[in-house]
Amino acid sequence: MGNVLSLTTFLPLLGAVILALFLRGDDAAAQRNAKWVALVTTVTTFIASLFILANFEPADPGFQMVETREWLLGLQYKMGVDGISILFVMLTTFLMPLVIASCWDVGTRVKEYMIAFLLLETLMLGVFLALDLVLFYLFFEAGLIPMFLIIGIWGGKNRIYASFKFFLYTFLGSVLMLVAMVAMFADAGTTDIPTLMTHTFGTENFSILGVQIVGGMQTMLWLAFFASFAVKMPMWPVHTWLPDAHVQAPTAGSVVLAAILLKMGGYGFLRFSLPMFPVGSEVMGPLVLWLSAIAIVYTSLVALVQEDMKKLIAYSSVAHMGYVTMGIFAVNQQGVDGAIFQMISHGFISGALFLCVGVIYDRMHTREIDAYGGLVNRMPAYALIFMFFTMANVGLPGTSGFIGEFLTLVGIFQVNTWVAVVATSGVILSAAYALWLYRRVVMGDLIKESLKTITDMTKRERLIFAPLVAMTLLLGVYPALVLDIIGPSVNALVGNYETALATFEAATQFASN
Amino acid sequence: MIGADIQILMPEVVLAIYAMGALMAAVYTTKDGMAPLLTWATSGLFVLLAVWIGINGQGTNVAFGGMFVDDAFARFAKITILLSAAAVLLMSEAYMQRRGLLRFEYPLLVALAVVGMMVMVSAGDLMALYMGLELQSLSLYVVAALRRDSVKSTEAGLKYFVLGALSSGLLLYGASLTYGFAGTTLFSGIIAATADGASLGLLFGLVFLLAGFAFKVSAAPFHMWTPDVYEGSPTPVTAFFATAPKVAAMGLFARVVHDAFGGIVGDWQQIVAFLSVVSMFLGAIAAIGQTDIKRLMAYSSIAHMGFALMGLAAGTAFGVQAMLIYMAIYVTMNVGTFAFILGMERDGRPVTNIESLRMYSKRQPLRALAMLVLLFSLAGVPPMVGFFGKFYVLRAAYDGGLAWLAVAGVIASVIGAFYYLRIVYYMYFGEEGEALDGKMNPVLWTFLMASALIMVVGVVNLFGIEPMAAAAAATLVQ
Repeated sequence: MGNVLSLTTFLPLLGAVILALFLRGDDAAAQRNAKWVALVTTVTTFIASLFILANFEPADPGFQMVETREWLLGLQYKMGVDGISILFVMLTTFLMPLVIASCWDVGTRVKEYMIAFLLLETLMLGVFLALDLVLFYLFFEAGLIPMFLIIGIWGGKNRIYASFKFFLYTFLGSVLMLVAMVAMFADAGTTDIPTLMTHTFGTENFSILGVQIVGGMQTMLWLAFFASFAVKMPMWPVHTWLPDAHVQAPTAGSVVLAAILLKMGGYGFLRFSLPMFPVGSEVMGPLVLWLSAIAIVYTSLVALVQEDMKKLIAYSSVAHMGYVTMGIFAVNQQGVDGAIFQMISHGFISGALFLCVGVIYDRMHTREIDAYGGLVNRMPAYALIFMFFTMANVGLPGTSGFIGEFLTLVGIFQVNTWVAVVATSGVILSAAYALWLYRRVVMGDLIKESLKTITDMTKRERLIFAPLVAMTLLLGVYPALVLDIIGPSVNALVGNYETALATFEAATQFASN
Repeated sequence: MIGADIQILMPEVVLAIYAMGALMAAVYTTKDGMAPLLTWATSGLFVLLAVWIGINGQGTNVAFGGMFVDDAFARFAKITILLSAAAVLLMSEAYMQRRGLLRFEYPLLVALAVVGMMVMVSAGDLMALYMGLELQSLSLYVVAALRRDSVKSTEAGLKYFVLGALSSGLLLYGASLTYGFAGTTLFSGIIAATADGASLGLLFGLVFLLAGFAFKVSAAPFHMWTPDVYEGSPTPVTAFFATAPKVAAMGLFARVVHDAFGGIVGDWQQIVAFLSVVSMFLGAIAAIGQTDIKRLMAYSSIAHMGFALMGLAAGTAFGVQAMLIYMAIYVTMNVGTFAFILGMERDGRPVTNIESLRMYSKRQPLRALAMLVLLFSLAGVPPMVGFFGKFYVLRAAYDGGLAWLAVAGVIASVIGAFYYLRIVYYMYFGEEGEALDGKMNPVLWTFLMASALIMVVGVVNLFGIEPMAAAAAATLVQ
C-alpha cells in the first residue's frame, strides 16, 4: 500500500475517464449507467480512503504515507497526510457518494455532470494531500474549472453571472498566491511543504512606496496567501461571490461548495499561513480576528432578511466560517482544534441543509421562503430532519455544531476578550435566523394551494440523510473521535508557532538593546 | 573554408534551393495543379529538416566570420518554427483548396518565409539579421494578401506592408546608429564596444532596434497592425502569422539583446519590461469587446507576447529558457486553436463570429471539450500546460528582480481569463443558436485533438523540453 494516497486521489479521475471514453448515448439507460458508475467510483474511493485512516498513526504529528517523485523545474510530485489533512480527506470521500446520490433525478447532460463531479473529487483530494506548493496550487486552481462548468451549465436562471463571478473572484485571489509561491521558491530554493515549514522567511521591516511593512517579507507573503484563502473561505468583505454561486448552483454543486470547497481556505491557513509565516500571522492576526467577528455578526444579520432559502444558508455559512478563521488565528490548542472541528461539522451540517433545500426545490421548483409554510402537515419526516439540522446549525449541545463553536470561542476568549464577546452574540443571531426560517417554511397551517399535494421524502432521500444525521450526532456526543486524530498535529503546529515567535521576539529584543 | 561555412548553413540552403526549384517546376508545368502536392511536400520537408537539425546539431558553430551562428538556441527556435509551419501548412491545404486559394506560390512563399526565420534566429550580425527579417516579411506581406479579390485581405496585406516597412525603417535606423557608434555590425563586436557601458548613441540605436522588434512580435504599443491583419488574412495565413513568425521574432529579440547587448542588461531591461506590461494589459483588456474570434486571437497573441517578453525582461539565462518554453507552449496551443477556428463553417462558408458557437458543446461534445482545454490553457489555468508557461516566466521575472512585473502579469491574466471564459460560455452555457456544420476535416480534427491532449498530458513532464530549453538558453547567455 505504498501509494494509497495517489490511488485514492486518482480513483475518481479513473471513473471520469471511463465514463468519458466508454459511455455512449444519452438515453435513459446511459444516464442510469453514468450515475451508477459515478456512485460505484465514489464509494470505492471512500473505501480506499478508509485504508488511509486505518494506516494513519494519530500519535505522529508529522506527515505519513509520503510519496515523492521528481517533476519538472525542481518541483516534485509529493503527497502525504497528517492529522490536519486526514479528516478533510475523509470528509470529501464520505460526502461525495451522498452528493452523487442526491443528483439521481438530474436529467440533462448526466454523463458530463457525473464527470464534472468525479473530476472535482480528484482535485479536492489533491488539494488536501499535496505536499508541494505548486502541486497544491495545481489542484487548488484546477478545481475552479469543473465548478465553473457545474454552476454555468446546470445552474439556475442567473447562472452565467454567478459562474463568471465565482471564477474570476477566486482566480484573482489565487494568482496573487502564485506570485507568493514563486517568491518562496526563489527564497527557499524548494517547493517542498515540510521543508518550507522549517524555513524562516525574512522578517526585516522594509517599506514599499513609503509604507512601512512590519514583518517584512513574511507579511507580504502572508497577505498574498490571505488574498487567496480569504476569498475561498470566504471572509467578509470578500464573500460576495458565495451567495450568488450558491443560489445559482444546482443542489449537488451547492453541497460540494459549502461542505468541501470552502474548507480549502481554512486548510490553507493551517497548512501555509500559520506554520510558514508565523511573524506575518502575528502581525496580521488581529485584523483577521476582527474581520471574523464582523463577519459573524454582519452576515448573520444579513441572513435574517433573506427571502431565498439558499441565500440564507449561504450567509450562515459565511458566519460559521467566521468562527473558523477566528479559531485558527487565536493560535492555541482549543482555537485550532475548534476551527478544524467546526469545518468538519459544518461540512456535514451545511451539506445537509442544502440537501434539505434541494428536497423541496425538486418538488416545487422555487427557493422563495414565502412560497412555503406548513410543510410539517404533509412532510413529517422532512420536518424532523430539517429540524435536526437547523438545531445543529444553531449549535445545540449534543450536535457537532456546538463543539466547534464552543471550542473556538474558548480559544479566542484567551486571546482577545472583546472579539469573543462580539462573536458570541453571533450564536444568538444564528438561532434567530435559523429558527425563523424553520418556522416560516415548516410550521403553521398548510394554506398554500400549491403545497397541498407535496409528498414526503422518498426512501432514497432518507438514505442520503441517514449518514449525515449519524455523523452529526456522533461527533456531537463523542468529539474525541476528531480531537484525538488532530490533537498531536495541532499541538505541534501551535508549539512550532510559539517557538518561532519567541525566537523572533528574542531577536528583536536583542537588536533593540 | 567556404565549404565548411556552407555545411553549417545546410538546412537553410536546402530549403531555399527547394523553394526556388519547386517554383520553377510549378511555373513550367501544371502551375496550381501542383499546389496540393507542393503543400504536402513542403511540410514534409519542414519536418525532415526539423528532425535533421534535432539529430545532427552539435555544439556552437560559427559561419562567415560570425555572421551566422548555429547553436543550441538557434536549433531550438528552428525546430519550433519548422514544426509549427509544417502543422499550419497541413491544416491549410483543404481549406485553401475549397476556396480556390491554393495557389502553388503559397507553400513556397511559406517556405521562403521559413528560410528567413531560420536566418533570423541564427543571425550573428545586424546585416544577416536584416536579410533574414526582410525575406520573412516580404513573403508574409504577399501571403496576407493572398485572396486578391477580397478587399479585407488586400487591405490586410497593404497595412501589414506599410507598417512592416515602417518598422523595418526604424530597425535599420537603429542598426545604422549602432554601427556608427560601435564601429561594427557583428554582435561580438557590439558586445565588446559596450564592455564599459554604452554611449548615448548606442543606446539610441538600441531603442530603435527594440522598437523594430516590438513591431515584429506585435508587442504593445507597436501592435496596431495585428488585429486587422489577423482578421483580413485568410484564416490559414492568420494561423501561420500567429505561430512561426512569432517564435522567430522572439528568438531574434532574445539573440540581439543577449548576444549584442548582453553587457548592458540594465539598459534594455526597463524597455522590455515596459513592452511586456503594456502588452499584457492591452491584450487582456482590448480583447474583451471582440466578437470576431480571429481578432480576439490577435489580442490574445499580443497578451501572450507580453508574457514571453516578461521572461526576456529578466535578463537571465533562466529568463531565456522560460521564454523559449513559453513560446513552444504558445505555438502548440495556437495550432490547436486555429485548427478549431478553421473548422468553424456554416454551409461550407467560414464563420468567425464567436456567437456562432452557441451551444456547440451539445452538438460536438468532443471538439467542444478539446477547445475548452485549449482555452483554459491559453488562460493559464492549471492543470493545463499553459499554466506552466506562465509559471516559468513568473519565476524568471521574480528572480530577475522584477516582482512588480510578476504581480502585474498575474493580474492581467485574470482580466484575460474573462474573454476565454466567454467563448466557453457560448459553447456550454448559451442558448441554442444556428448550428455550425458538423463535419470537420480529419487533418484539422487530428491537430485539434493532439494539441488539446498535449495540453493535458504535458503536465507530467512537458515532454522533456525543459532540459532542451535550458541548454539553448545556456548557449545564448554567458
